[in-house]
Amino acid sequence: MNIGSGSVLSSTGSWKSGDVVSDQFPVGLRVLVVDDDPTCLKILEKMLRNCHYEVTKCNRAEVALSYLRENKNGFDIVISDVHMPDMDGFKLLEHIGLEMDLPVIMMSADDSKDVVMKGVTHGAYDYLIKPVRIEALKNIWQHVVRKKKHEWRDNNFDQSGSVEEGDRQQKQSEDVDYSSSANEGNWKNPKKRKEEDEEGEERDDTSSLKKPRVVWSVELHQQFVQAVHQLGIDKAVPKKILELMNVPGLTRENVASHLQKYRLYLRRLSGVPQHQNGLNNSFMGRPDATFGTISSLNGLDLQAIAAAGQIPAQSLATLQAAALGRSATKSAICMPLVDQRNLFSFENSQVRFPEGQQQLNNSNKQIDLLHGIPTTMEPKQLANLHHPSQSFVGMNMQVNSMAQHNNSVIMRMSQSQPRAQMLSGANNGSQASRLPLSMQQSLSSEGIPGAVLAQSHIVDNARASVYNPVSQASSMVDFSVNQSKELQNYNFSLGSNSSGMSNRGMLQEEANSDIKGSRGFPSNYNIFNDLHQPKSQNWGLQNVGSSFDSSHHPSIQGTQGVSSQLLLQQGISSTHNNGQNRNGPIGKSMYTNGEESGHTNLMGGPQLNSVSRNMLAVKAERFPDADYQSTNFPEQFGQDDLMSAFLKQQGSVGPVETEFGFDGYTLDNLPV
Amino acid sequence: MERNNNLHRQVASLRQSLFDQGYVDEQFIELEELQDDATPNFVEEVVTLFYNDSARLIHNIDQSLEEHPLDFAKLDNFMHQFKGSCSSIGAKKVKIECTQFMEYCRAGNVEGCKRTFQQLKREYVVLRKKLEVYFQYARQAGPTDTASYRPN
Repeated sequence: MNIGSGSVLSSTGSWKSGDVVSDQFPVGLRVLVVDDDPTCLKILEKMLRNCHYEVTKCNRAEVALSYLRENKNGFDIVISDVHMPDMDGFKLLEHIGLEMDLPVIMMSADDSKDVVMKGVTHGAYDYLIKPVRIEALKNIWQHVVRKKKHEWRDNNFDQSGSVEEGDRQQKQSEDVDYSSSANEGNWKNPKKRKEEDEEGEERDDTSSLKKPRVVWSVELHQQFVQAVHQLGIDKAVPKKILELMNVPGLTRENVASHLQKYRLYLRRLSGVPQHQNGLNNSFMGRPDATFGTISSLNGLDLQAIAAAGQIPAQSLATLQAAALGRSATKSAICMPLVDQRNLFSFENSQVRFPEGQQQLNNSNKQIDLLHGIPTTMEPKQLANLHHPSQSFVGMNMQVNSMAQHNNSVIMRMSQSQPRAQMLSGANNGSQASRLPLSMQQSLSSEGIPGAVLAQSHIVDNARASVYNPVSQASSMVDFSVNQSKELQNYNFSLGSNSSGMSNRGMLQEEANSDIKGSRGFPSNYNIFNDLHQPKSQNWGLQNVGSSFDSSHHPSIQGTQGVSSQLLLQQGISSTHNNGQNRNGPIGKSMYTNGEESGHTNLMGGPQLNSVSRNMLAVKAERFPDADYQSTNFPEQFGQDDLMSAFLKQQGSVGPVETEFGFDGYTLDNLPV
Repeated sequence: MERNNNLHRQVASLRQSLFDQGYVDEQFIELEELQDDATPNFVEEVVTLFYNDSARLIHNIDQSLEEHPLDFAKLDNFMHQFKGSCSSIGAKKVKIECTQFMEYCRAGNVEGCKRTFQQLKREYVVLRKKLEVYFQYARQAGPTDTASYRPN
C-alpha cells in the first residue's frame, strides 16, 4: 500500500482551521485516492499534489477503509475507481457514505450510462471518466464545500428536507462545470436515492419549498406509527395518516416524507432481520461487558437500546449512568441525551479507546435499539438539563466529558461496527438499531443520540450506509474529527447561532452545536454555522434541537435534541443514497462538539437537550431517506413532555416501535 | 552548446512524431505538464510503471486466450483494466486496439479477439521502443520546454 506523502493522519492542513480555510482553501484538501491500477494511481497522486492537495494513495479498497476508519477526520474527500479486484467501487462508496459520510468521487474508464447512473444512485458526488485530467481534479473541492454547505443548511434551516434536496441537486448540477460527463447525473443523486429507496412516489422533498421543518419527536413519531398501524401499512397514505394523527401544524407533506423514510426503514429492517438479531443478541449478551469496558459506551448502548426498544427512560438513564459510571437513576432520558452529545463532541481523540471493539459490538446492537433515543444522557447531565441557565454549562461539561467518552466509544464502535454492518447492506435494519446504541453512547449529549440514530438509520436504509449504527458511530466519530478540524465552526455555538435557528431550538441547537464538536452529526444540523465556518460542522442535530423548544427547560431540550437527532438521522439516512451521508453529519456534529467545547459549554445545557432531542427525533424519523431536512422538530415539545412521552412510548410502544423500525425502540429484549 | 541544441531539436522532433503518428495523444501532454522540478522524470517513471504493471495483464490475457472456450467476460474485464492503464499514459494506438478487442469480446468473436490482441501486442511493443528512445534523448538533452506542442 502506498501511502502518499500526503499526511494521512495529519490534521494540520491549513484548510482545517476554519479561519484559515477560507483563505487557503482548497489548499491542503485531504484526498484519499483509491485505485488498483498503479499507473493511474501515480498519475492521480501527482495531479492532486499539483493541485496542492494532501494526497494519500491506496490500491486496495479495504486498506482505504481502514485508513478512513483510523483517521476519522483525516480526509475530506475520497476518489475511487469503480473496478477494483478486492471490492467493488460502489460498495466502497456505500461504506464510506455510511461510516464516514465523506464525499466520494468515482472514476472509471467505463463511461457507459448505466455505470455512471450507478454512481449517481449510490451517492457518488461525481463521476470522472478516465483518463482523468487535472482540470477535473482541480474542482473536486467543490464537492466538499457543497456537502458541508448542504449539511449545514439542512441543519440550520427550518426547511423541509425537500428543499434541501432540491437545492443540493441544483447545486450539484450547476456547480460542476468541469467535472466529467457523469456529473450531470449528480444532481439526481438525492432524488435518485430516494426513488430507489422509497416505495412510494411521494417526493415531497423536492416539491415543497421552504416548509418549516418538522421535528419528528418520539411522541410525534409514535403517533405517526400508530396511525400507520391503524390504517395498515399498505393503506397508509399521508392524507389519512395526517388525519389520524391530528397534529396541528403538521402538513401532509411532512407526513409524506416521513412516511417515505419509514417505509425505507421498514424495508431495511426486513432486509436484515438476522443482523439485527445478532446485534441485539450480542448486545444483550454483553451488556456487562460493555459496562465493564467503557462506561460511556454502555451508556450509549443503553441509550440506544432505550431509544430503540423503548426502554423506559429511567432504565436507560440508569443504564447509562451505570455505563458512565454515574448515578444512573436519575437521569432518565434527558440525561442520556446530554451525555450523548458530549460523547460526540468529544470526538476523535476519544475514539481510540481500546475497548472500542467490544463496545462497538455492543453499541451496534444498542444502536438498533436505541435508535431514536439518545436517552443515554447521564443522569447528571439530565439534571443539568433541568436547570436551564447554569446547567447548560455544567451540562456541557458533563456532556463533553461524556461525549468524549462516548466518542471514543462510539468511534470504536463505529469502527468495528461499521464494518460489520455497513458492509452488509442487508443489515440495514439491524444496523440501524445498532448504531443508535453506539451512537448513543458516544453521544452522551443530546447530539449524539441523534448521530447515533442517524447512523443507525443510515444503516437501516437499504443503502446500508446510513443507519449502520456502528458504522455510524464510527463515521460519526470520524466526522467529528474531520469536522472538527475543518468545520469547527459548524458546530455553531448556540449563542452565535441561535439567531439562525428558531428560537426554541436555539438553545438546543446551541447545545447541539456543542455537541457538534463531536462532529459526528451531519452538517445539516449546523444550522448555526454558516458556510463560512466550515469547521463548525456540528451535526445537524443541533438544529434539530433548535426546533425543539429549546427555550423550554433544558431537560426538555435534551430530549428534544434527541428527537431532532432522530430526525436528522432519518433525514440523513434517507439521504444516504446521496452518498454521503447525511448520516455523517450527525455524527460529525457530535464530534465537533468536543472541539467546540469552548463555546459550546455555555450552551451545553441546551445543546444537550437538543442533542437528545435529536436523538429522539432521529429515532422517530428513522428513515434515512428523509433528508434530514425533512426532520421536523416539534417545537412544542418540552423536554418534560418529551421525556414523558418517550417514556410512555417506551413502555407502550412496543409493537409500534418495531414497526418503525427502530430496533432501539423495541427494547423488549434488552435487559434493563 | 550546438550539440545540445541539436539534441534538443532531436528530442522535440521525436516527440512531435509520437503525436503525429498517433502513438500518443493529449493525455501524454497531461503527463508532461505534471513533470516539474520536483519530479523531472515523471513521464518516464509513469511509462515505466505502466509497462511493468501491464505485463501482468498482457500475460493474463494471453493465457486466457488459450482457454477453450474463451471466457469473454473475463477477457473483457482484463482488457478493461488494461485499457484504463493505456489511456492514462496516452497510448493512443494501443488503446484503439483495446477498444476493438472489447468489441470482439462482446460479440463473442474468438478470431477477432485473438487477432486483435496480437495487433495490440505489436503496438504495445512498438510504443515502448519509441518511448524508450525518446526518453533517452530527452535525458541526454536535459530539461527543456516540451509543452509547446499540442496535437489537435
